[in-house]
Amino acid sequence: MSAEKTLIRRFRESDFLYDFKRSPVTVVSFVIVMFLILLAVFADLVAPTNPFDAGSLNLMNGFTPPMEPNAFTGETFVLGTDDQGRDLFSAIIFGLRVSLFVGLTAVILAMVLGVSLGLLAGYRGGWVDAVIMRTADIQVTFPSILIAMLIFGIARGLLPPHLRDEVAITVLIIAIGLSEWVPFARTVRGTTMVEKEKEYVQAARLIGLGSGQIMVRHILPNVLSPVLVIATITLALAIIAEATLSFLGVGAPPTEPSLGTLIRIGQDFLFSGEWWILLFPAFTLLALALSVNLLGDWLRDTLNPRLK
Amino acid sequence: MTDPILSVRNLRVVFPHRHGELVPIDDISFDVKKGEIIGFVGESGAGKSMTGAAIIGLIDPPGYIERGEIWLDNERIDQLDVRAANRIRGRRISMVFQDPLTSLNPLRTIGDQLVETILTHLPVNANEAKRKAMAGLEEVDIDPGRFNAYPHEFSGGMRQRVVIALALSAGPELIIADEPTTALDVSVQAQVLDLLKKLCREHGTSVILITHDMGVIAETTDRVAVLYAGRLAEVGNTHELLRRPQHPYTRGLIASTPAVEYGDISTELFQISGTMPRLDALPSGCAFHPRCEQALDYCASHRPELQQDGVACWLYADG
Amino acid sequence: MPAGFMLMVDFIHVEQLHRRFDLSEPWLARMIYGRPKRFLDAVDNVSFTIERGKTYALVGESGSGKSTIARIAVGLLGPSSGRILIDGHNLHDRSLSEAEHRRIRQRLQMIFQSPYASLNPRWRVGNILAEPLRTFSLVDGRQAEQHRVQELLEQVGLSVSDARRFPHEFSGGQRQRISIARALASRPDFIVCDEPTSALDVSVQAQVLNLLKELQRDLGLTFLFITHDLAVVRVMAHRIGVLKAGKLIEEQATAELIASPQSEYTRMLIRSAPRIRKHSDDVR
Repeated sequence: MSAEKTLIRRFRESDFLYDFKRSPVTVVSFVIVMFLILLAVFADLVAPTNPFDAGSLNLMNGFTPPMEPNAFTGETFVLGTDDQGRDLFSAIIFGLRVSLFVGLTAVILAMVLGVSLGLLAGYRGGWVDAVIMRTADIQVTFPSILIAMLIFGIARGLLPPHLRDEVAITVLIIAIGLSEWVPFARTVRGTTMVEKEKEYVQAARLIGLGSGQIMVRHILPNVLSPVLVIATITLALAIIAEATLSFLGVGAPPTEPSLGTLIRIGQDFLFSGEWWILLFPAFTLLALALSVNLLGDWLRDTLNPRLK
Repeated sequence: MTDPILSVRNLRVVFPHRHGELVPIDDISFDVKKGEIIGFVGESGAGKSMTGAAIIGLIDPPGYIERGEIWLDNERIDQLDVRAANRIRGRRISMVFQDPLTSLNPLRTIGDQLVETILTHLPVNANEAKRKAMAGLEEVDIDPGRFNAYPHEFSGGMRQRVVIALALSAGPELIIADEPTTALDVSVQAQVLDLLKKLCREHGTSVILITHDMGVIAETTDRVAVLYAGRLAEVGNTHELLRRPQHPYTRGLIASTPAVEYGDISTELFQISGTMPRLDALPSGCAFHPRCEQALDYCASHRPELQQDGVACWLYADG
Repeated sequence: MPAGFMLMVDFIHVEQLHRRFDLSEPWLARMIYGRPKRFLDAVDNVSFTIERGKTYALVGESGSGKSTIARIAVGLLGPSSGRILIDGHNLHDRSLSEAEHRRIRQRLQMIFQSPYASLNPRWRVGNILAEPLRTFSLVDGRQAEQHRVQELLEQVGLSVSDARRFPHEFSGGQRQRISIARALASRPDFIVCDEPTSALDVSVQAQVLNLLKELQRDLGLTFLFITHDLAVVRVMAHRIGVLKAGKLIEEQATAELIASPQSEYTRMLIRSAPRIRKHSDDVR
């Protein structure tokens, strides 16, 4: 009697987990990413103060160095405070939340858009393919940060001033999402063109399935593993893009600072000796982006050696 | 009887694996005599290509030769360093693969590639090498006038003939031909096999012909080794072995091959039940016993060794 | 001769089938380099008929157009001209309604060459077999569907529990059985077999060929069998057509064709087939 293996047991025996455990760098990256995500998700519980609550800020606490009691109030902050007396540790946790939220949603947007267009282009071919892929070609000739700034600029120009800060995050997501769909579309298109020639797709055509059903039910599941890899790597890119935009002052507003915003604020004080205001957010961003990237690299090697 | 040109003793190849190890070749011994064509036949997963790779020293890591010796004309070649191995590959042992395009560089003319091979391995000058290359092409019935043509300008069969010319160019003692005609049409296959046979006779070169096709074995080889699940099931003179196969697997393999000579729509082909076991799930005892119609209880627990009469099967054991 | 008369006897009727492929370079390249359009006649005026319940083999080497005919015969590809009648119905008739098309399509199926590419790796075998049942609305309810899937698995010599497994858990021969089961799901009466065993080991090839013959006997199936292997054809086909460069150059009943081939090409094909039994006479 072949015992039906439980999902957990299958996973434990799978090469996936085995590979994972054999790569210490990946395990460390995974732990860091998970830790940062948990921090961001439970920011309200973890953070000692709410940095967005202007009422709780005490300007007297400004520029407190890390682990030293403030000269006026005697309060101590693990990572110090910024110019407005905001606890940097809390600000980083909330900034992390904004950065991760923007990054993840932007990647999901890029993924949905890229995968759909890639499937369509690869399966239909002909002029549909030509239109979609030439658009992609044109788009990649611009740096994606430029595209994001362009979209961001247009949106801000169209919106009435009082809405700008409110929708800034949404605009940021759309801007980054639209600038990162091309790698998804290209990969999915290529894989789709290979898959659609396979005999199982022809067998599906033989029983009269429509193109839509064939694309979604037959081809889509078979193009997903490279998509997962690209999504992870794009996540790192999106987080950095968000930070860059915020650093340039066209991203997350100061009322809702992301890591990039914090870094921008911090750089004003780097040369006046308040190094911690820049360094800690920057280090967090580095740890996050690097870990996600390393995870993506490992996924690529594990899921699809051919992508190397 | 002439000395063997190649002698393989108790070869065992192992691939470490997280649940233990996979053994694609287990305790194989055989000799290749000078000038003979020996066939290695078996189904996919039998270990025939791996045997070829082991001889030429091209086992993909993490696989390695765990035990055994390979002797090429009194020189042990299974433990050579990279430089020494390269001196043997191409010069003394050359390979012909299934896909001729894996052996030919698509960006260079065939003449160029022939000349390069000759210059690398033989102590001749450029003019001499070119003359030899031309002669080599002529031998495989390719117009030497196409010396400057690129691989893509040839048909599949012609390309494989170019590869044979390339394999012969350095005057090797042994050619390992791994499914050399599997990708070709039947009519072309016959030509290529005939050519290979003829040239090796003329040059006195030995050939290990690896194939899954009993028909190719019957048409081409002098001796044959039947592999099953990484072990030799039966070895013998081709004519004798085809006439009186002993091992039940050999008999099944021959009987299940359809023949163009006879049979009709009412013919029920002989079939061996089941499939070749996977390397990570090899049966105990004789690996063939679950598929064997004549298996004894004994076969499930005891592994038969290849006997003097060339068969590894308890049905033929004494006592 | 009135076509109607032929239809009574012959189940499959291939009439002056022609398929041309456009191999031209893109128009811009043609404009710039002044190159003409190039065409390949992959199938050139091929006609033959298949009797109900019999196997017709198309034999040819690579580039003979045999696979193109197979794809046209099941409707994966349209003919450039000519037609294929299946029990009197023209598969490629564009004036047919969608329902009529479905009815014809349900009657024909295909078994593909590659046991690896012909099954969706992400689908369980049970789903693969149930898909045609659902698409053609052949069963009512999950119970009936499962029942039919089990019946199909048993019909091809697999076990009922195999429905829960994925294709990669099976060997090549077993996968080809799954392919056969899928082809049988819609209860077709005409199946095109495109080199169904050329990727299999001989011992397994024999299993699959015997299974196909058994199914033909039991279900009265009509086969169009595409292959390059004359030895396989000898035990599989009632009639053989030999294709060369898109043209049908010879056609006879199997025994006659092999005993007295009319064309030099067929003679050469027979001569080239390797003979395993020239060494022996006493092997079964």
